[in-house]
Amino acid sequence: MLTRNRLLAGASALVALSFVAPAFAQEPIKLGEINSYKAFAAFLDPYKKGMELAVDQVNAAGGVLGRKIEVVSRDDNGNPADAVRAAEELLSREKVAFLIGTFPSNVGLAVADFAKQKKTLFIAAEPLTDKIVWDQGNPYTFRLRTSTYMQTAMLIPDAVKLHKKRWAIVYPNYEYGQSATAAFKKLMKEKQPDVEFVAEQATPLGKIDAGAVVQALADAKPDAIFSSLFGADLAKFVRAGTERGLFKGVTVFDLLGGEPEYLDPLKDEAPDGWYVTGYPWSDIKTPEHTKFLDAYRAKFKDYPRLGSVVGYSTVMSAVAAIKKAGSLDQAKLVAAMANLAVDTPFGPITYRAIDHQSTMGTFVGQLGVKDGKGYMKTWRFIDGKDALPSDADVKKMRPAN
Amino acid sequence: MSFPSLLIQLLNGLADASSLFMVSAGLSLIFGVTRIVNFAHGSLYMLGLYGAYSLIELLGRTPLGFWSAVILAAFAVGIVGALIEIVVLRRIYRAPELFQLLATFAVVLVIKDVALYAWGSEDLVGPRAPGLSMAVEILGKRIPAYDLLLIVIGPVVLGLLWLLLARTRWGALVRAATQDREMVGALGVDQAKLFTSVFFVGAVLAGLGGALQIPREPANLDLDLTVIADAFVVTVVGGLGSLPGALLAAVLIGVAKALCIGLGTVHVLGVDIVFSKLVLVVEFVIMGVVLVLRPYGLLGKPPAASRAAGAAPLPLAAPRWQTALVWIVVLLAVPLVSDDYVAALLIDIACFGLFAVSLHFIMGPAGMISFGHAAYFGLGAYAGAVLLKRAGLPMEAAFLLAPFCAALFALVYGWFCVRLSGVYLAMLTLAFAQITWSIIFQWDALTSGSNGMIGIWPAAWLADKTRYYYFAMVFCGLGVALLWRVLFSPFGYVLRAGRDSPLRAEAIGINVRGFQWAAFVLAGTMAGLAGAVFAFSKGSISPSAASISQSTDGLVMVLLGGVETLTGPVVGAGVFTWLRDALARETDYWRAVLGLVILLIVVLFPQGLVGGLKMLLGRFRERRA
Repeated sequence: MLTRNRLLAGASALVALSFVAPAFAQEPIKLGEINSYKAFAAFLDPYKKGMELAVDQVNAAGGVLGRKIEVVSRDDNGNPADAVRAAEELLSREKVAFLIGTFPSNVGLAVADFAKQKKTLFIAAEPLTDKIVWDQGNPYTFRLRTSTYMQTAMLIPDAVKLHKKRWAIVYPNYEYGQSATAAFKKLMKEKQPDVEFVAEQATPLGKIDAGAVVQALADAKPDAIFSSLFGADLAKFVRAGTERGLFKGVTVFDLLGGEPEYLDPLKDEAPDGWYVTGYPWSDIKTPEHTKFLDAYRAKFKDYPRLGSVVGYSTVMSAVAAIKKAGSLDQAKLVAAMANLAVDTPFGPITYRAIDHQSTMGTFVGQLGVKDGKGYMKTWRFIDGKDALPSDADVKKMRPAN
Repeated sequence: MSFPSLLIQLLNGLADASSLFMVSAGLSLIFGVTRIVNFAHGSLYMLGLYGAYSLIELLGRTPLGFWSAVILAAFAVGIVGALIEIVVLRRIYRAPELFQLLATFAVVLVIKDVALYAWGSEDLVGPRAPGLSMAVEILGKRIPAYDLLLIVIGPVVLGLLWLLLARTRWGALVRAATQDREMVGALGVDQAKLFTSVFFVGAVLAGLGGALQIPREPANLDLDLTVIADAFVVTVVGGLGSLPGALLAAVLIGVAKALCIGLGTVHVLGVDIVFSKLVLVVEFVIMGVVLVLRPYGLLGKPPAASRAAGAAPLPLAAPRWQTALVWIVVLLAVPLVSDDYVAALLIDIACFGLFAVSLHFIMGPAGMISFGHAAYFGLGAYAGAVLLKRAGLPMEAAFLLAPFCAALFALVYGWFCVRLSGVYLAMLTLAFAQITWSIIFQWDALTSGSNGMIGIWPAAWLADKTRYYYFAMVFCGLGVALLWRVLFSPFGYVLRAGRDSPLRAEAIGINVRGFQWAAFVLAGTMAGLAGAVFAFSKGSISPSAASISQSTDGLVMVLLGGVETLTGPVVGAGVFTWLRDALARETDYWRAVLGLVILLIVVLFPQGLVGGLKMLLGRFRERRA
């Protein structure tokens, strides 16, 4: 009996001790990065490569503040609670300078709130939700990616120009789809008061019942469709819609539909003439993009996706902030982020002081098919700063603190 | 909705039902014979899609290439299924009931990463069926010819299965084993071969269901879990072991979904009802209603009593106070010697530990398996958040009231659940959990919907991580202690009597259902407490706290530690949480590694970690004596 107790007690103590191993500060500056690598692999594989490229380039150029940089990544499993635990580990054990990353809106918001609590800088890379900079914005959180509202607003001029009356809407039933739909309806009503929304389908994310949804939309006899579907849902919708003749004589707008992550799987079935936001990587000839493209292809023997640009620009933003702050002090870093200018493959961007949103823009245009692959046959770049609401509106939405 | 639209939506529903039926039929067959709830059945479906995609690329996009690819993919998946049975499951048939679920859960993790490695992360859109890519016009509406073919294939497969089961010797053995597998064994039938063949056929059906979807569904890595939940629902709604029931249920659910979409937004008395949003939950609503009205599904029969559930579980041993004391001292000392992260990890483990112990409380001693225990965890967490942010209560009050909100729901849900038993009970808990989840997920005004709620931080005096650590340890520790104490009270003995012999318990005047109901509520309350501690430790809460994967994690923790031991669930929670956290840091393919570690534990310690350790210690002492 005694032996057994001793054994158990000993084992217990051993297990407990293994939790307590201390960590030592490393030489390079560590950036704590959290993302849902397994839950959203299609976007985040290229994203990770983009980050790696940026780290290589920064270190080859001598690093920042005389030190090399290192990205310490954690997979949050698509779960906000895991993300917060990972953030805790990155700060207290890895002693990272600050936090970057995240993909889904709920994870982004949870980490943003954690950063606020810890008074630590957080650069949200990808979450599209408007709330992260507006309704639920906080002093420590900045966001890189062109938001749901901005991307929707970028599509509005084309939609208004076509002057279609009867619109049907289909969206994935969660934050991103709901916000895109709300923004689209609001902006359209402002610009074209006679607009009518004749059908609305909220589909479970990743589980669209494409045949039934297409049929329901067709029954409403719309002139145009606004969709915010992406990934597998988009592929299913495109195929079912084509087979059932939904798109004949109907103009379709699809948010994110031109991003290589979601366009390339469609191959020759890419829907001709759809208006989308996206990334026509092979046609962009600006010097900053060509430089990025060549370096990326040389390193990975693959072409970049939009995720690659986001990953690359996130690390570049972090480095620019450290350089401008001249130290790793949180207050100085946060102060440096306001009006921080960063060079990205899409050209220079600025992190706005008013709402902490970057002015990164995106490409808007129409899809076509060439050589059995979808591409953006017409496109133009829209700067993010031209797609944001007025400062007065932003101030109304963003809490004062 | 006009008549032609209604008709087309009915056809859409039937087309969707086809593959779902095949997957569910396979699941049902495997469960009937082996009593294994095969969590990996969705993964087999996913492999069917990926396999068909690759084979079509290989064999060419001709009608012959397409159809041979579909058939070959189905059989390849069948072989994978048979291998899973031979390599893993055969070793653990004598383990406690449901332990095999843990093994199949591990298989899900491994298959997901294998698919990622083999096929990459990008969605793979397969070709349309050659020769069938046109649409047929019906009453002025177009419907793809392939969908019509699917509608026919479902019943044809059912017919073939019926022939196989009714007209062959193998079929007779399967039916016999489904009815009384010990008797079949006693009559000299080689069970190992029978089980392997059943797994093969079940997996072929899953693979076929997947492969047939290739023109309609891109192969992607999320299919496994999307499909498995649907397949469980169909199997249970139809009645376990009933193939016509599975087809009926698949059609019912497929059509109900299509109709919800077809109805779209309806204006009733000035209120907009968005039916399309109901798609998220309609199958679980149907399952709930069916199970309440027909406890064994639409066409199911009450299961025959199983004689072979192994030896009756040993009486639980109370924990020794010396061991408890060591742990208390160690846990008290942790903040003195470590950093915030260790505290954060231990708080997580404490929350999951209490969550797992509360699940074990109803699963083990009370004999009620729950697949939806996360509902109470999530409700406790959300109740705390809502009371703090919406009702404006102080944190302390919100925290203390939260478990009672979870208790209220457990009171209502439990009343229905305790009327059922076995897998049907488990699935009804899942139905309630999913309904709860979908309300949390969509009620923007109260719960902030899919975004979850943020800013749920503890009161100022608890803001320090070390203080919150002690706070969490005290409440989770008290919760665990209370549940354990109850198990050794007369109430606990009554629960065990009700589990071991319901008839005798009733005969001596025990109101078994009433006691089970009370146990259900107590377990729900404690899960709610765990949820509240969890929410305030994270500062935010999202619907995933009430999701299927949270429920599954709870089951995995209990089974990993050992369902027949008292401390097992706590150890399981600790090991699982710590492993997941540590592995994710070391390798990109952490899911596969985690799956393999669990498989190793499963094969080495069929009694769970604590059960296995106890056995080893027992042998060690015998040798010394």
